[in-house]
Amino acid sequence: MEIQSLPQQFIQQMINGVSLGSIYALIALGYTMVYGIIRLINFAHGDIYMLGAYIGFFCTTFLHMSFFPALIVAMVGAAIAGVIIERAAYRPLRHAPKIAVLITAFGVSLFLEYTGMFLVTPQPRTFPAVFPSVLYNIGGVMINSQQIIILAVSLVLMVILTYIVQRTMIGKAMRAVSFDTDAARLMGINVDRVISFTFAIGSGLAAAAGVMVGVYYNSIDPLMGIMPGLKAFVAAVLGGIGIIPGAMLGGIIMGIVEALVSGFLSSTFRDAAAFIILIIILLFKPSGLLGKNVREKV
Amino acid sequence: MALLKVTDMSMVFGGLRAVSNFNIDINPGELVGLIGPNGAGKTTAFNVLTGVYEPTEGQVDFDGKSLLGLKPYQITQRGIARTFQNIRLFADLTVLDNVKIAYHFHVKYGLLETVFRVGRYFPEEKEIEEKAIKFLDVFQLGHRKDEIAKNLPYGEQRRLEIARALAAQPKLLLLDEPAAGMNPQETQQLMAMIRWIRKEFNLTILLIEHDMSLVMGVCERIYVLDYGVIIAQGTPQEIKNNPRVIEAYLGEEVH
Amino acid sequence: MNNIRKKDLYLFGAALGLYVVVQGLIMLEVIPPYYELNIIKVCIYVILSSSLNLINGITGQFSIGHAGFMAVGAYVGAVCTVKFGLPFIAAIIAGALGAGLLGFLIGLPTLRLSGDYLAIATLGLGEIIRITILNIPYVGGASGFMGIPRYNNFTWAFFVMLFTLFFIKNFVNSTHGRACISVRENEIAAEAMGVNTTKYKVLAFTLGAAFAGVAGALFAHTFYIAHPASFTFMQSFDILTMVVLGGLGSITGSIAGALILTGASAYLASFPEIRMIIYSLILILLMLYRPQGLFGNKEFSLKIFGRFGGGRRGTTQSN
Repeated sequence: MEIQSLPQQFIQQMINGVSLGSIYALIALGYTMVYGIIRLINFAHGDIYMLGAYIGFFCTTFLHMSFFPALIVAMVGAAIAGVIIERAAYRPLRHAPKIAVLITAFGVSLFLEYTGMFLVTPQPRTFPAVFPSVLYNIGGVMINSQQIIILAVSLVLMVILTYIVQRTMIGKAMRAVSFDTDAARLMGINVDRVISFTFAIGSGLAAAAGVMVGVYYNSIDPLMGIMPGLKAFVAAVLGGIGIIPGAMLGGIIMGIVEALVSGFLSSTFRDAAAFIILIIILLFKPSGLLGKNVREKV
Repeated sequence: MALLKVTDMSMVFGGLRAVSNFNIDINPGELVGLIGPNGAGKTTAFNVLTGVYEPTEGQVDFDGKSLLGLKPYQITQRGIARTFQNIRLFADLTVLDNVKIAYHFHVKYGLLETVFRVGRYFPEEKEIEEKAIKFLDVFQLGHRKDEIAKNLPYGEQRRLEIARALAAQPKLLLLDEPAAGMNPQETQQLMAMIRWIRKEFNLTILLIEHDMSLVMGVCERIYVLDYGVIIAQGTPQEIKNNPRVIEAYLGEEVH
Repeated sequence: MNNIRKKDLYLFGAALGLYVVVQGLIMLEVIPPYYELNIIKVCIYVILSSSLNLINGITGQFSIGHAGFMAVGAYVGAVCTVKFGLPFIAAIIAGALGAGLLGFLIGLPTLRLSGDYLAIATLGLGEIIRITILNIPYVGGASGFMGIPRYNNFTWAFFVMLFTLFFIKNFVNSTHGRACISVRENEIAAEAMGVNTTKYKVLAFTLGAAFAGVAGALFAHTFYIAHPASFTFMQSFDILTMVVLGGLGSITGSIAGALILTGASAYLASFPEIRMIIYSLILILLMLYRPQGLFGNKEFSLKIFGRFGGGRRGTTQSN
């Protein structure tokens, strides 16, 4: 491959960044929706992403499914898992002090990770070739066909999500519950069902991200959800936690920044970049790029 | 000289003018009321006076010195104490602990004396305990001193909040709707207490209130606020007959 | 001599007695080295959990980056002994100062945030500290800081822990402690009562960080090596869990939480594969069935036996 010029490198990293960013965006959506609806930082969410990857792995390797069916199965499986976790671990603590739920979420995260390690061993697994990897050279910049698929699938999912949230009854219910839970309940909305639904969608999106990462990076392991989970969480905060377009925006930005830092600075500081962004946004605009400052009434 | 002097104060939030051209003078020892329909800006004015908000324009002078830019705790240390519309007690602490906080900024012992329990620690702690208990007795809450604040009946909670504010030894006391949620009998008791604390503690009092019987019965002077602007001021008699005031309260009985 | 001083002396005497018994058992080798190590670990974690409790439980600030301060203390302490040949006590003090200073610098801007945002910020800052250390070759970088002399033993650990506990206990039962508690209970009301809430939030944060640094210094001089992997947010969460398990706001609770969790961890070490699975299940079940922790925000007091179901919640005169 010929040496890329600076503008070419820049565009290359932008492309990598957007692709990576769509993954972060999909995971971030789950964080932001759950926070929006029950003010919980679901620390176990990154492990749902891992779960999705493993379900996808299982489907493609042992059931010999192709990409899209495996994707669907993984999304459904993770959605079910998300609902079960919510019912078993979070719902009983709905009126408990926030810090107790946080620790429970942490416990669920550990449980998923270590049960995973117990069941499938910590050895990384590789996905079979469900999607051919074709490199396109456009003016000296390399684009992988898989990156295009990631972008396309992410876009489609985000459009579907936006449609559900803005145009359907359940979406309206979700928005109502996140705005004022008690009022929503008084209006006859089945708040429990709405919350379960939110967890289901969020988990499904994370699973899609997991499967696509498995296909693209070709390696999955039980602890793969920790770092992406944290970074996606930063992305959600960056865009404005609780705000759906914010998660999408935040995810893309995180991906691009990470790609640029990794490509132009050093890869050891790649992870630190995420947290530095976090601190900056919290110091200057804690409600996020798309967020509004809400004052406590005195 | 006026104890509290607010000159041409305005408070603007984004596009909303919560308070404009606010001018009040309060002399030492006065008992002044601030009334107006809901949303008129009364609590906003209080929040400016106590440093919760910094006014967009205007001057706030207390005891001859400006209060602008000071944080709420500094304003309290200068001599202004307040109560809140929705009672803000330390709900899970005991009644006694609630009052003890008021003595905090008068305490002199530092970290070293705290950790090793030497020097002024024991004498000052004893003093705080004794003063707090005596204070509660004065407000007839002494028998409740070890109760958890949130378990007190509503009227006693209000009384505790006022007692706590007074334990900070203010010169000016701001009462934000002290009669909220009280029945007529409780309101009468409150009125008696307000008159009594003014005398007993040599206080100046500014209060916000909706309950007209309390305002008319206790205040010497009244300012009327409507949509953030003072539309009238004067004695209760003058206010009662002021057509602009009646208009602002259209439909409400003013006795 | 007044009552409170007498109580303090009794407490100290009882602690001294405990020390003599345990130290005797160690010296007589009735307690084998493996258990001694775990007892030292308990002491270190008691310091960590009680210092975190000062921030989270007493002052109500949501901090989940405590491992970062522990790391600073560990590394600063190790640098003192290994690179400068200073005695152990100097390392401990340096660790405290370093961590405390960092806590102060961090606390000042971030304590403007509240609730979840503060939690997220402290989590991020803890990670930034760890990643920064990872990239400093002077202290060993990714391979860790090796060759740290084993200066720590039960005696050091116990008495440093005792100092920490007395410090925190006395702080809480003073006007300064009450100020912190008022910030936790109702920050706006505290401010209205003349309490400089920012000062006390930063003070609690700084003190908490300083003691975490002390624990870190002890930690580094127990295991011969300091490695960034010991100071991840998992570690922060472990400490947080000890605090919550014992009860936010209860110093006795922090002791209990550290004891129980360290003990459980040591016990489960015999089941390596399912150890973490059981640990995580214990966590989840404990939170589901007793979210307020073992002691709530009460302290252990013999009064509980006299008046069962009583005990005063939130009292500041429990000594």
